[in-house]
Amino acid sequence: MFERLQVMLMKEFLELRRDRWAMFRLIVPLIIQVIIYGYAATFTVNHVATAVLDLDQSQASRSLISHFVATGRFHLVDVADRQEQITHDINTGRATLAIVIHAGFAQDLNNGRSAPLQVLVDGTNSNTALIALGYVSQIVGQFQAEEMSGVPQARAGATAPAVTASLQERPWFNPGLTDRWFFIPGVIATLTLVQVVNLTSFAVVREREMGTLEQIMVSPIKPVEFILGKTLPFFLIGFADVALVTAVGVLWFQVPFVGNPLIMLLGTSLFLLAALGLGLLLSTFSRTQQQAFALNFFLVNPLFILSGFAFPIAAMPRVLQWLTLVNPLRYFLVVIRAVFLKGVGLDVLWPPLAAMTLLGVGMLTISVLRFRKSLD
Amino acid sequence: MTGSQPVVVAEGLTKRFGAFTAVDRLDLSIAKGEVVGFIGPNGAGKSTTIRMLCGLLRPSAGRASVAGFDVGRQPEAVRAHIGYMSQKFSLYGDLTCRENLRFFAGIYRVPRQERAERTHFAITMAGLEGREDMLVRTLAGGWKQRLALGCAILHRPPVLFLDEPTSGVEPQARRRFWDLIHTLADGGVTILVSTHYMDEAEYCNRITMIDAGRLVAIGSPRELRQQGLGGQLFEIVCAPLGAALAALRQAPGVLEVDIFGDKLHVLVHEQAVAETLRPFLTEKGITADPPRSIAPSLEDVFVQLVSRRSKAPGDAGIKP
Repeated sequence: MFERLQVMLMKEFLELRRDRWAMFRLIVPLIIQVIIYGYAATFTVNHVATAVLDLDQSQASRSLISHFVATGRFHLVDVADRQEQITHDINTGRATLAIVIHAGFAQDLNNGRSAPLQVLVDGTNSNTALIALGYVSQIVGQFQAEEMSGVPQARAGATAPAVTASLQERPWFNPGLTDRWFFIPGVIATLTLVQVVNLTSFAVVREREMGTLEQIMVSPIKPVEFILGKTLPFFLIGFADVALVTAVGVLWFQVPFVGNPLIMLLGTSLFLLAALGLGLLLSTFSRTQQQAFALNFFLVNPLFILSGFAFPIAAMPRVLQWLTLVNPLRYFLVVIRAVFLKGVGLDVLWPPLAAMTLLGVGMLTISVLRFRKSLD
Repeated sequence: MTGSQPVVVAEGLTKRFGAFTAVDRLDLSIAKGEVVGFIGPNGAGKSTTIRMLCGLLRPSAGRASVAGFDVGRQPEAVRAHIGYMSQKFSLYGDLTCRENLRFFAGIYRVPRQERAERTHFAITMAGLEGREDMLVRTLAGGWKQRLALGCAILHRPPVLFLDEPTSGVEPQARRRFWDLIHTLADGGVTILVSTHYMDEAEYCNRITMIDAGRLVAIGSPRELRQQGLGGQLFEIVCAPLGAALAALRQAPGVLEVDIFGDKLHVLVHEQAVAETLRPFLTEKGITADPPRSIAPSLEDVFVQLVSRRSKAPGDAGIKP
């Protein structure tokens, strides 16, 4: 057993060493992707292109507009003087948001009446629209509070001062609610999965295409020995990938790593087990590298979307929620985010770890069983 | 042929892929040290048979044993006792000759004390002295193929299956390869080798001809030539060739006519028929030399057997 494994590994690493582009292919795309994700992947909405139509032209209306601009969330692209201009701005995409202050705004405020303020938003990107609207109500609320405090007590004091509940926000684990802290660990998991599943399925299919697989299959080698020899190198490469991308995340993007590295090690091992199992399983369904490529391509997006990387699983229809249960990425995301940000231990993380073990062992077993048959 | 137990036996060996029967009730028996040629057109079932005998494919029906082990039930034991070379070149191109040999020696668990000697043997046999550290993909065809043979016999298998090992190799290298095969057979190795080069079949002790999955004939090249035709073969130089071909197909007593180069090969029932051929052609305005009796080539035999079989399916096979 050991000797055959040894020559298998020797062969794999010799081939890897002879492949001049291997190191480039293994490292460069990974680094580039994590950097792109680190900078570009964010839910934060800033510099919203905003058009303003101020039909009141009062001190109050100007003050309100300056409140918007001061936050930096909104970027004034057009000061319009007609309603049509606003419509045009939103239609052409010049502005995402438009604020319309109707005539009589200041007067209503002074009289203590409710002063209507119209906000138009381009809802094409529902997420951005929602977040922008959130900012708008925040700013308007702030403006309102300031205006109220300026109003003489005598006038407002007719009624008893309103009792207000004050909200104390304290986000745990990510006090600044930095998106990057949420994204980077997820990116590590996703990129590793794609890389390892790809490499594994291609490596086996390549041997099938070259005819070397057949040559090995007529030898007395056991499927387990072959599969171990074929996957162990990718297990090590997967580990190197995780370490590399984690280093970029922690050192470059300053994502905190508060958890136990040993749990990270365990989680990564189990995740890689599942990824290798998936890669092998794909290889037993592919006769050519094109087929393997098509299968990979077909699987990457569902794996990504049904993982909870960006879209909450709880919000998905029940059937899709069930599908996420066989997605190893789903479990590793829980583990890696918890280890990076929460620092919780095995007592909390054992269920996803157990699930990855089951998935990995299951897929590897099916692969070994399917392996012989796949020559037929 | 030795009187000992046959080393390779197939009885009613059958392989079906869905509705398609690739190998149909094949019987085969090969004695120790025999070189048996497996002849047939592409798709006749040669590779499928060999792959079943190697334990790569599971037979759909029938049974086969190799070196005393049942291919269906003991594939692992079979694999330890065979060497295999496929038509597809299947060494690692990015590894050197020596690295490939080391790899297969490890996979077959060649005892450590024998490794240096076996590796040296393989290198010498392949004529690769001085090229041990070249990447295999940079080698020319003949070398690659001899190295593949070297890798296949590192563990001294008593049985060797070679699936069109000489396809795509230049004639000189092919000749050299066959010398190696006979050297191995002299050492007691039993060899089943498939080919679609008819000239190579002459190098075999016995030939198994198959077509469309069925056994067509089995015997030594001489036996096949003598009995395979079921008639006498004559060569006629004549012109125009096409008209002669059409005319002779209608001639009485003529079994088969085929074009061979600028001549016709005519198979007739008996000598007497041959003598009528020239007048028959002249009458039709075709110039012809007198027919000359020739020894049939294996190609003649094969073509004849296959066409006879397609006319009367089921009973054409001859078994000496």
